Formats: sequence, structure tokens, C-alpha cells
Amino acid sequence: MLGKLSWSDIPIDVPILVGTFAGAAIAGLAVLGLITYYGKWGYLWKEWLTSVDHKRLGVMYIVLALVALFRGFADAIMMRSQLALAYAGNPGYLPPHHYDQIFSAHGTIMIFFMAMAFMTGLMNVIVPLQIGARDVAFPFLNSLSFWMTTISFVLINVSLFIGEFSQCGWLAYPPLSEQQFSPGVGVDYYIWAVQLSGVGTLLTGVNFFTTIVKMRAPGMTFMKMPVFTWTIFCTSVLIMLSFPILTVALGLLGLDRYLGMHFFTNDGGGNQMLYLSVIWGWGHPEVYILVLPAFGAFSEITQTFSRKPLFGYNTMVYATCSIMVLSMVVWLHHFFTMGAGANVNTFFGIMTMIIAIPTGVKIFNWLFTMYKGRVEFHATMYWVIGFMITFTIGGMTGVMLAIPAADFVLHNSLFVIAHFHNVIIGGVYFGYVAAMNFWFPKAFGFKLNEAWGKRAFWLWFVGFYFAFMPLYVLGFEGMTRRMNHYDNPEWYPWLLVAEAGAVMIALGIVCQLTQLYVSIRDRNLAENRDLTGDPWNARTLEWSTSSPPPFYNFAVVPVVHDLDAFAHDKEAGIDTRAAGSNYQPIHMPKNTAAGFFIGMFSLILGFAAVWWIWWLAAVGLIGVIATVIARSSNNDVDYYVPASEVARIENEHTRNLLAAQAAE
Amino acid sequence: MAHDITADAAHAHEEHHESPVVFGFWLYLMTDCIIFGTLFAVFAVMRNQFAGGPTGKDIFDLNGVGIETALLLLSSITYGFGMISAHQNKLGALRGWLGVTFILGLGFLFMELREFSHMIAEGNGPDRSAFLSAFFTLVGTHGLHVTCGLLWMAVLIVQTGGKTVLSERMTNKLTCLSLFWHFLDIVWICVFTFVYLMSVI
Repeated sequence: MLGKLSWSDIPIDVPILVGTFAGAAIAGLAVLGLITYYGKWGYLWKEWLTSVDHKRLGVMYIVLALVALFRGFADAIMMRSQLALAYAGNPGYLPPHHYDQIFSAHGTIMIFFMAMAFMTGLMNVIVPLQIGARDVAFPFLNSLSFWMTTISFVLINVSLFIGEFSQCGWLAYPPLSEQQFSPGVGVDYYIWAVQLSGVGTLLTGVNFFTTIVKMRAPGMTFMKMPVFTWTIFCTSVLIMLSFPILTVALGLLGLDRYLGMHFFTNDGGGNQMLYLSVIWGWGHPEVYILVLPAFGAFSEITQTFSRKPLFGYNTMVYATCSIMVLSMVVWLHHFFTMGAGANVNTFFGIMTMIIAIPTGVKIFNWLFTMYKGRVEFHATMYWVIGFMITFTIGGMTGVMLAIPAADFVLHNSLFVIAHFHNVIIGGVYFGYVAAMNFWFPKAFGFKLNEAWGKRAFWLWFVGFYFAFMPLYVLGFEGMTRRMNHYDNPEWYPWLLVAEAGAVMIALGIVCQLTQLYVSIRDRNLAENRDLTGDPWNARTLEWSTSSPPPFYNFAVVPVVHDLDAFAHDKEAGIDTRAAGSNYQPIHMPKNTAAGFFIGMFSLILGFAAVWWIWWLAAVGLIGVIATVIARSSNNDVDYYVPASEVARIENEHTRNLLAAQAAE
Repeated sequence: MAHDITADAAHAHEEHHESPVVFGFWLYLMTDCIIFGTLFAVFAVMRNQFAGGPTGKDIFDLNGVGIETALLLLSSITYGFGMISAHQNKLGALRGWLGVTFILGLGFLFMELREFSHMIAEGNGPDRSAFLSAFFTLVGTHGLHVTCGLLWMAVLIVQTGGKTVLSERMTNKLTCLSLFWHFLDIVWICVFTFVYLMSVI
């Protein structure tokens, strides 16, 4: 009846998990209680959970990403604390069985549910506005993507309290991840969570590629497209190229585990190296999927706060596209030690070094944008400059690892950990936080507090160096990754420094939460409100509409004459909003709960499949299919906003604009 | 807040740009193509990993596979006839051709499952060797796609029932399934060539 599931799978003997469960349950009940107390269920359901509005989905993605950041960081600081303790005979407080789950969960959650969700959130909020569109090409699929991502995150967190999580690292290498060596449900949780979220990501890729190709405002040719949109365009291509490969890799691993096949097993002709090759065929493009949008955000922010157009727009576009292409031909550098031979290693080593060139082009473009600009040291700019310094260091250690001979020494050591945190925190995370600070007033109509933003930056920035520079040293000293305890006295002080860095980063996260709290509290102060829709005097179309934008984004679809369309309009004295009075009805999609239900049935399917509860899996699958058919049979999916309603909303915004001008 | 207005009035306001549905579906098909491409690559790696088990030559029955191929190719033609009827707005003929396509597809699926069960009954299931794992996975993934296509076709047959004119949305759905069905045909030709023929020669 319940498959493999029994009472003994509930880890009531692990105090950390019981405590976490109690904490999560209390926090969850508190949130539910507050929603009930304020009577917000109807609002939440109608306006958010069933919304197909890209801006709201974007906000929900970012909320999900922040929750995932919290979970992923809790894992991180537990690992650092374990290594600060588990020295010279002291076993620390995390037994290997638990520690291995923590580092696997940390990587999986940070990549799939923090970084990917954050990036998807940003592109949802910004891209349609930036290209002058009223929504994405497929609003319903967008909502479905969100729910697939969300329920996968739920599934991965269920593994905390029911059963266990994978102990095989964030990519679950076989043969360790095979049934023979991992007979528990941990790897199955991993497979199902990543596969289900992969469905969402793939649909996002298709959706945004279609949106960018088909729905740009009239006059916006490809070479007049904002750089952020270009990076999302390239990211979407990479998602479409690489996520199917991930699906196959994990699908085959699942077939090995569920049906006893022999793709990656030790016996029966299986080949573990095939898994490495396939999964990194996804894994390397994935890092560029994450970092390209951050590059796009840096470009928009740098030009805005340097009060200058971006230096070398064309080279920026070509560099982005080159990275997109090159990212598909470097994957083997993740396993130089596999023994593919000198020629193969040389090819991939050189390709990896070449990819540093377009990235370097970008760094110089940002520097030249700032050069002789009137750089305003806004909190957002702090993250940009912090990124340029940190990412350059990470890039250089990446080129070191690209040398196969050096990689044979550094492979699987903490040097690798230091390198990729150097680029992912310094590049991806700093970029997303900068983007969040920059576009926050667009999404909500008020600015984030700058003082707390700067505090958060300094703690993250300094904390990063304390936490990860020691790891480079430890890598050279021969400390391997995923180690639970150690006896080498030389490592101990460095790991204490790293622990101090992790604490600083924790304080940085506290500052970020405080920043959110303070900003929401003070949202109605005049200096925080954004009545104009253009708080930074920025250059691209998203700033030409109100903040927050009306649900249809643009009452009149803007016509683009030049790169940086809004800057051009401001210089030429064109008021795109003044087309005024003669509004047309606007065609908009209706909200739908179909995405929510497909997500929930998929959650049931995933959970049941993890535990081999086959009747429940059938219920989930049939539920998914039935919901899809019901949605396909529903012809009541869109409506027209009448012109009078558009006029009412627009006039209200005009009044706000006039009030803002009067206040100045 | 907003009022629904009648379809006619709505049409009058419609900006005339092409629906992105077919374009988006093309993109999805290309991602599907990468799934199959990866599975073909995996099969290429595994094709000689027999682990002491049977080779393709020992177990493949080319006659059966030939009939399967004929059924699937024929079903592509009948779907094409269906689309011609759709463009001529002959909905009865459209549903008739979809029905024929459905039966041909079902026949294909039936023969494939018979082949699979036959092999499994003889102890040559997917857990026998890496070669058979790769074979069952590649061919089975194609079969799963055909199953989804059939389900989709059944839904469209029902949804076009009782209609006299095809809406733009319905035409798009028929076009997307058409692309899907022909795509599965192309994949099958590759399966037939690289999996069956090349294992037998």
C-alpha cells in the first residue's frame, strides 16, 4: 500500500532534523495563520497563485529563490562548522551519513532552486517590459514552469523529514548513485526533483526564446535589443540545447535504479564515464545559463549609473553569442583525469581558455563604460564593482584549471570548490542581487534601502574572501572536497578562517533581509516612492511605463527608433505615453489554476515514484494528463481589457507623474 | 473589471500577427530532437556491450520491424490527407483521416509491444545487457512519444466533433500534432536504420 515507506523512515532520532522540522512547521503555520487572519486566501489565490502575469510569476520565482538561498546557506554553514570542529580525533557534530546528504543538498538546491529560480524570476520581471511586450508568448506555460520548479523544491525539502536525501554529491555520479551502493531513496528524491524542475526550465527556455523572437516592439531589431534581453536570448538557447541532455542523463540513471538496466553499472557492460560525459554536456552550458543573465544585468546597471551608453554594445552582443557557442564545447574539462588521452584533453583545455577571451571583452567593456562616466556609487554599483574584482580572480583560477596538467593535481580538491564559488558567488549571485536592487522599484514602486544594501554588500564581499580564499590554499595543500573530518594540523587554521567568512556571509544575508524589511516599512516615504517609473534615469523600455507597471505593461505599444529606446525618446523629447486619450482594448490572457494543479499532481507523482507507491503515482500521472486535457478543452482563456479601463489606469498614472513633478 | 466581449468584436480588434504557437512547438520539437540525439549517442556507445548476452542479429525480427515501419510511414501520409481536409474545412473527412491515422499508430504500437514482450519473455529484457538497455530505452522512448501522440490525436478527434468551422486555435493544434507525428516518423527512420539494420548486417 505504501511501497517502501514505513514509520522508520521518519528521522525522529536526528535532533537537527526534528528541530528543523519544528522550526519549519511553526514558521509555516504562522504564515498560514497570518494569511487566514487577514483574510488574504482569496487574494492570494486569484491574484498570485493562479496568475499568468509574468511580473507576478517573476516575483514569486524570486521569493522561491530567497527561500532556497536560506535552505542552501543553512547547509553551507553547517558544513563549514563541521570542518571547523572535526579535527584531530573530534568527529564533529555531523556523522558522514548526514554530512554527505548536506553537501549533496547544498549543491542541488543552490544551483537548481536558488540560482535558476532567481534567474528565471529576473527574466520574467524584466524581459517582456524591456522589449515592449504585454506578456510572454505562452503565459499559461509560464505559470506551469513556475509550479514545476516550486513543487520540485518542495519535494527536495520533503526528503529532509521523510526518508533521506542523496549522498552522492550534486551530480550523483554512478556507480555510487546506483541501487547497488545507494539502495535508499535519497538518489530517487534527487532524480525526481531535478527532472520535474527540468520540465519547468525547458518550457521557460522555449517560452522566452519565442517571446524575444516574436514579440519585440515594432522597430526593435536584434541589434537594437537591450543587452539584458540578448543575454536571456542566449540563455534560452542554451536551456533548449542542454536541458534535454540532463533529462536523458538522469532518465538513464533512473532506469538503472528502477528497472535494473545497465547504463552506468559496474556489471552488464555499463559505463560510468558515459554518465560524466552526458551530464556535463548539460552541466557546463548550465554555468553559462546562470552567468550570462548576470552579465546582462551588469551591463544595464553599469551604463545607467555611469550616465553613459554602454561601451561597445556590438562587441558585448558578439561576446555573449561567442560564449553561448563555446560553452557547448568545453564540458570535458570537468573530467580531464578520466583518461580520454592527451589530444582530447588538449582540445578541451584550449577551448576552455578561449572562452575567457569574450568574457574578458565584457570586463573591459564595463570598465570603459565607467571610464570618464559620471559613476554614481549607488548600492547597486557596489555589487557590480565587487563582481568585477571577484569574478576576474575566479576567471583566472578557471584558466589555471583549464590546463590539463594542472588539473591532474588540483582535481577533486578544495581548489575546485574555491574556483566555482568564486565565479558563482562573485558572478552569478552578486549579479542577481545587483539586478534585484536595480529592478526592485520597477516591480514594486518603491526603492530598496541603500544603507542596508551597502552593509549587505560589504559583509558578503569580505565574507566571500574569508570563506573561499583559504580553500584555494587548502586545495594546494591537498585537502580533497567532501571530506567529513581530518587530522592534518596545517589545514585547521585555514578552515577556521573559512568558518569566520561563512559567519560574515550569514550576517550579509541578515542585512539583506533587514533591507527588505526596512524598505517595505518605509515604502510610503517620499524619497522611496517611485512615482515616475524611472527612478534611475535609465535607458531601456521597462522604465518608460509606471512602477509597478499596469498588468498590461504598455497602454500603447512603444515604437523603437534606436538602441536604448527610452533614452532616445527622452533625448528626442518623445513622450511615448502621450499617445494618450485614444486607447484601444487590450487582449490579455486569463488567470488559470491549471498550472497549479499540474504542479500538485506532479508532486504526487514524484513523491509516489520515490517511494514505489505505484497506485499513487498512477493517480498523479492521470491527474496531470486530465488537467492538460481539461486546459486544452477550455476555450475561455483570454479577454479584452476595455479602452475605458485602460484610460482610467493611465490617467491615474499621469496624475502620479504630475504630483511627482510638482514635488520636485 | 474587464468585460468579455463577443468573439466577432474581439476579432475586429485583433492585431494581425501570427500566433507563436507553431513556432514555439517547433522549438520544443528541436529540444525533443536533442533527447533522441543523446539517446542515439548512448546507443552508439553501448551497441557492442552485450555482456555475454544476445546480439542484435540474434534477436531482431526484421519482418516485424518492416511492417511496423510501413504502418508508421503510412500513418504520416494519412495524417497529411487529414490536414488537407482541414485546410478545405471538410471536418468529417478530417476526423475520418485522423481515425485512420490513429488505428495505424495503434497497430505500430501493438507490434512494438509484442516485440518487446517477446524479447522479455525469452530473457532478453532491458536488464540483460547494456546493449539491450540502450535498445529498449531508445525504441521505448519513441514508443512513448507515439503513445502521447495517439492520446493527443484522440483528444483532437473529440474536440473537433460537432464543429463546422475550425478555430485558429484548433488549426494550430492540428498543425502541431502534424509536426509531432512527422517528426516521430523521421526519428523512426533513424531507429530503423541505425538500430535494426546496422545491428543485423
